[in-house]
Amino acid sequence: MTVPQPAPPPAPQRPARSLLGWETTILALVAVALLVGSTLSDAFLTGANLSNLASNLVEIALIALTMTLVVIAAEIDLSVASIVGMCSALLGVLWAAQVPMGLAILGALGLGALAGLLNGWLVTRLGLPSLAVTIGTLALYRGLAYALLGDRAVADFPPFWTNLGFGLVPGTQLPIPIVAFVILAVVTAALLHATPFGRSLYAIGANEVAARFAGLRVGRTKLLLFVLSGLMSAFAAVVYTFRFSSARADNAVGLELSVIAAVLLGGVSIFGGRGSVIGVIAAVFLIGIIQNALTLADVPNEILTIVTGLLLILSVLGPNLAARVRAARQRRSTLAGPKGGAP
Amino acid sequence: MHHRKAMLAALTLSLGTLSLGAVALAQTGLQKGITIAFLPKQVNNPYFATAWKGGQAAVKEFAGVGKQVGPSDAGASSQVSYINTLLAQRQKAIVVSASDQNALVPYLKRAMSQGVKVVTYDSDVAVGGRNVFVSQASADTIARDQVRILARQIGSKGEIAILSATPNATNQNAWIKVMQEELKKPQYKDMRLVKIAYGNDDDQKSFTEMQGLMQAYPNLRGVISPTTVGISAAARYLSGSPYKGKVALTGLGTPNQMREFVKNGTVQGFALWNPEDLGYLASYAAAALVSGQITGKEGEKFSAGKLGQRTVGKDGVVILGPLTVFDKNNIDKFNF
Repeated sequence: MTVPQPAPPPAPQRPARSLLGWETTILALVAVALLVGSTLSDAFLTGANLSNLASNLVEIALIALTMTLVVIAAEIDLSVASIVGMCSALLGVLWAAQVPMGLAILGALGLGALAGLLNGWLVTRLGLPSLAVTIGTLALYRGLAYALLGDRAVADFPPFWTNLGFGLVPGTQLPIPIVAFVILAVVTAALLHATPFGRSLYAIGANEVAARFAGLRVGRTKLLLFVLSGLMSAFAAVVYTFRFSSARADNAVGLELSVIAAVLLGGVSIFGGRGSVIGVIAAVFLIGIIQNALTLADVPNEILTIVTGLLLILSVLGPNLAARVRAARQRRSTLAGPKGGAP
Repeated sequence: MHHRKAMLAALTLSLGTLSLGAVALAQTGLQKGITIAFLPKQVNNPYFATAWKGGQAAVKEFAGVGKQVGPSDAGASSQVSYINTLLAQRQKAIVVSASDQNALVPYLKRAMSQGVKVVTYDSDVAVGGRNVFVSQASADTIARDQVRILARQIGSKGEIAILSATPNATNQNAWIKVMQEELKKPQYKDMRLVKIAYGNDDDQKSFTEMQGLMQAYPNLRGVISPTTVGISAAARYLSGSPYKGKVALTGLGTPNQMREFVKNGTVQGFALWNPEDLGYLASYAAAALVSGQITGKEGEKFSAGKLGQRTVGKDGVVILGPLTVFDKNNIDKFNF
């Protein structure tokens, strides 16, 4: 894994350094988790187990990519898991109605983009807070999922497609969906860290009014973010449906919380303007590694839940503490500065 | 290979002369030290805890190594990660109650291709996903018995409803389908099914669903709740409501959960198989598979400890037996 170019952030306090600091912490924690995991169980550091571990995370990892962009722009999308359910249901309905699989997938992706468009429209055109809007559409899209498929499940997908969901790249232990994830992760990282569009997200997230005055098309950018988020959720829905060979209205219930937890733990500021793709990916895997290692070591469920909870608190606490330490350092250096330099 | 088997036989034979327990072991011909993992839909669920009690007791009898793992939520995706974990731990057998009929199949198939024996209990998976299914009773018996019990309680007359678990619970849906067929019979012509509600196997949701049923259908005479979580929540609601003793409630519950409602007159009678025996039988089926006594083909026989000899039926199904009806006359004889 290569660390992408650190973002050139517009915020005044040079958050690049602090960001790098938090990323390093998360990557170090991943290393520690791998180490502890391997001492907890012999079965942990095996190709097959790591392959399963990655496979289990793929939907969260996918959606976390676009969620990173959304949260950096100081918005949030809580409807992602419901979009997964709705698109999974549509995929099932279309396939059951004997629509060719290629078209059915396109239909599901289209519905996801449309759902994102509605979110974006409500946020940008009506000026509603995304938190409120997407809590609403969280219920709406889940409801539509049940309207589409009811309590039925569609399962008779052809092996070719289900194998794309849970199969491995021939001759390796690499789950096929992970390949798609790696490609999308590189694209997202490049988009965020190496294009004017990416820089504009940081600017919008750090100070929307200033970004507007600087001539950035804030509304259009945010609209696009929500569409991307919907589209990615729809793609995750296709992966989920094939991975479990089961299209159901209640697929991925509660997944939005895991996604947002990973994004925050990855160092993306909930207030926008700060964060990186690599930090989020590391966080997704940190949570996954911890849960996998503890499960392998037969640690009871309650402990697992407690550890996850503590991680989440750390995700809010960590960057905050880092910021305070940084501020204190800066105070010291400005106090020390004049003594040595200016008269 | 032959050499090894012969040594094993000699070993069991010599051990057999040492103690009574070992004699039983030699008779059943089961391997020792078989690792078996139970994967229920949900841990911390009293029903599965009881089944595991029986499963564990059986594991002890044939000197295996057993454990129970599982998610605290009833989602299929969480069961998948446990299957993978058990595979990594090289368990000999997985005994699973499936949260989704299809979602687990590819992973269970992968497990079986690596030599792991798969037994489903309580809730089956689709074809090809397991070696043996240990069924409570046939779906037909379970469904018909519940309709029959309710009909007796309401004089075969009036509006009735079903309070089920989740809308996609494999076993519940199979029973409901049979119940709907059963209700078409002439002797039930005056009973009308007005609503199927879902409490998602969640106590509070079931409670409010029951409340909703009573408000939406004032003429309701009886409710069938084929889930242990649903029936106890429904009974709790009824016992504190004006409908107590007027609206009949039956279904599948455990005696410990339902005792107080049977004694205070809210519930006349309900049914269940013995989940402890279900887990016990599932353990023996898993051990028989691992030991190569059975493969899951129809007609194969194996010995299941105190439950005696069992035969594998059509499609690899092993049936535990008929339902037990619990009422105020017999409920104190049971503790689970």
